[in-house]
Amino acid sequence: MAVIAPPPPTAPIGLHGEHPPISQTHADVTRDVVGTLSAPSRGYLVLLFGAVGLFLVGALTFLILVKDGLGHAGYQPPIFWSVYITTFVFWVGIGHAGTLISAILFLFRSPWRTAVYRSTEAMTVFAVMTAGLFPIIHIGRQWIFYWLLPYPNQRWLWPNFKSPLIWDVFAISTYLTVSTTFLIFGLIPDVAAVRDKTTGWRRFIYNQLSLGWQGTDNQWRHYSRAYLYLAALATPLVLSVHSVVSWDFAASIVPGWHGTIFAPYFVAGAIYSGIGMVLTLIIPLRRALGIEHMITDYHFDNLAKLTLLTGSILFYAYAMEYFVAWYSGNPFEQTTFFRRAFGPMWWAGWTMIICNAFVSQLLWFPKIRTNLTSLFVISIFINIGMWFERYVIIVSSLSNDYIPWAWDRLNPTWADWGILAGSFGWFGMWFLLFAKNFPIVAIQEIKEMIPMPRLRGGHH
Amino acid sequence: MGPFGTRPATAGVLAAFEHVDAASDAIRALKARGHKDMTVYSAAPNHEIEEALAHRVSPVRLFTLIGGLTGCAAGFGMTLWMSYDWPLVVGGKPIGSIPPYVVIAFELTILMGALVTVSAVAVFSVLLGRRGAAFDPRFSDDQIGIFVPAAADQRDRVEQLLRTAGAVEVRHAA
Repeated sequence: MAVIAPPPPTAPIGLHGEHPPISQTHADVTRDVVGTLSAPSRGYLVLLFGAVGLFLVGALTFLILVKDGLGHAGYQPPIFWSVYITTFVFWVGIGHAGTLISAILFLFRSPWRTAVYRSTEAMTVFAVMTAGLFPIIHIGRQWIFYWLLPYPNQRWLWPNFKSPLIWDVFAISTYLTVSTTFLIFGLIPDVAAVRDKTTGWRRFIYNQLSLGWQGTDNQWRHYSRAYLYLAALATPLVLSVHSVVSWDFAASIVPGWHGTIFAPYFVAGAIYSGIGMVLTLIIPLRRALGIEHMITDYHFDNLAKLTLLTGSILFYAYAMEYFVAWYSGNPFEQTTFFRRAFGPMWWAGWTMIICNAFVSQLLWFPKIRTNLTSLFVISIFINIGMWFERYVIIVSSLSNDYIPWAWDRLNPTWADWGILAGSFGWFGMWFLLFAKNFPIVAIQEIKEMIPMPRLRGGHH
Repeated sequence: MGPFGTRPATAGVLAAFEHVDAASDAIRALKARGHKDMTVYSAAPNHEIEEALAHRVSPVRLFTLIGGLTGCAAGFGMTLWMSYDWPLVVGGKPIGSIPPYVVIAFELTILMGALVTVSAVAVFSVLLGRRGAAFDPRFSDDQIGIFVPAAADQRDRVEQLLRTAGAVEVRHAA
């Protein structure tokens, strides 16, 4: 089997941003990626059944919540946003790394995105699909969620467009629609390549899904342009979505939420958490699908550098939050931040700071950036840390508001954990099904990087 | 072929190329002989082929602009109209407040821009694209294909031209 040649000794991996030479031919790429769609292994089926099982736990919990109401969840005054909103922000954030890698790095012509962007983009779509469930679960009367949409109801009442929660409806639904469109659009040429390598009923299905794609000059002419403009539209979108989510908090006057740094702070955190999830997913995936020669140390090194960058921005944001709380002279802000570090939720506050700000600093060392075991462990810390970041922001601020008499603590229940577990099952189920049925490495874009053979030799 | 039903086959010559420089030579030679309505297949976009074909820039960008501007206007129009349709003072702010409506207008700009762009591609490359040109599955793998519509008396000449340029295989299609 063809392998990607190691980079020349004079150029340490990734330092110059150049892609190491690819020794595969176009035919090798098609064969290897179509090979990932072969019959599933036992390990894959175990993972899939595990994910479906977790999803069923969540679905059952949801049914009980619909029947009895939200009283089963740990909602009590003064905390009415808790695990569900925490998990909502967590999953929206996960999505951001995918769009960063597929759209922003496309505009920057970053060569290392090619091999990993399809899997991260799929992760984006499924993470936003997961996130989108949470506002609906959380509103209590789930069957009237459509009241959030501006539709002509009997009394011609319209939503309040000055409310950040309505901005969120528009931001999240736009993000889901556009990232799904972007994923499907990128898949069309690859599905056509799979179509031409399969037979029987699978060929029939891939043929329908390829929408008649043949790779003609006319098709490429419109497609390449459109891809560029879709990337250009997705770039401001990804920066806006988590900004809008952050304004759900920052536009209020709750201590600990009312900060002007919230939008960039949330966007950096979102990308950081997303890359954490990318690493958690593709380190085992590339091995399970036999594509180690396509996703190499070069890619992990670059992913780790992006983690280091966004982790350092988070470090700065955490420090700034504490500084601004102290410097404001506002006793409510000061109390909130003092209690985050030394109050009853100190363990959650320190989990967030250690997992995000400190653990990410390990990635200064090149040996850690290219050691997959250490990267995988770090990625788990990132996932935990970023869930706790949202938990700390939401719960610690709500639990000690302006009136000390009303302070209380959150006691999450089985209904909180059931839905949280179900969300991981739902996400995992879609991602696993996608990875086995669609090309998880972008065939067409890898081919674009490999020069085609020439009759007369030399370069163009 | 495809979800839009079968297409009547066009008579012509289909050639397969393994080398990109040979394919672009063939394209230039065909254009010089007046065969301008050929179809070129490739598994990925390729600059050499694009240069040889010298197509004009795709018009989809115009549709991106139209979609984006429509979305932006729709976002401001919807929020302002709905605010004044049932005037209600919220938080002491003006009935129609532009700053918060920027968020809605921005999201709809992106949404409409993206959806109209994709629809434009569907129209230009599927609905208005050529029907009935011969195809070979190798063209989505590692070969470049050129299909030249040609009447029975021209076929041998076209075949000769393609072989001289360096085609690895040439056949006459229906």
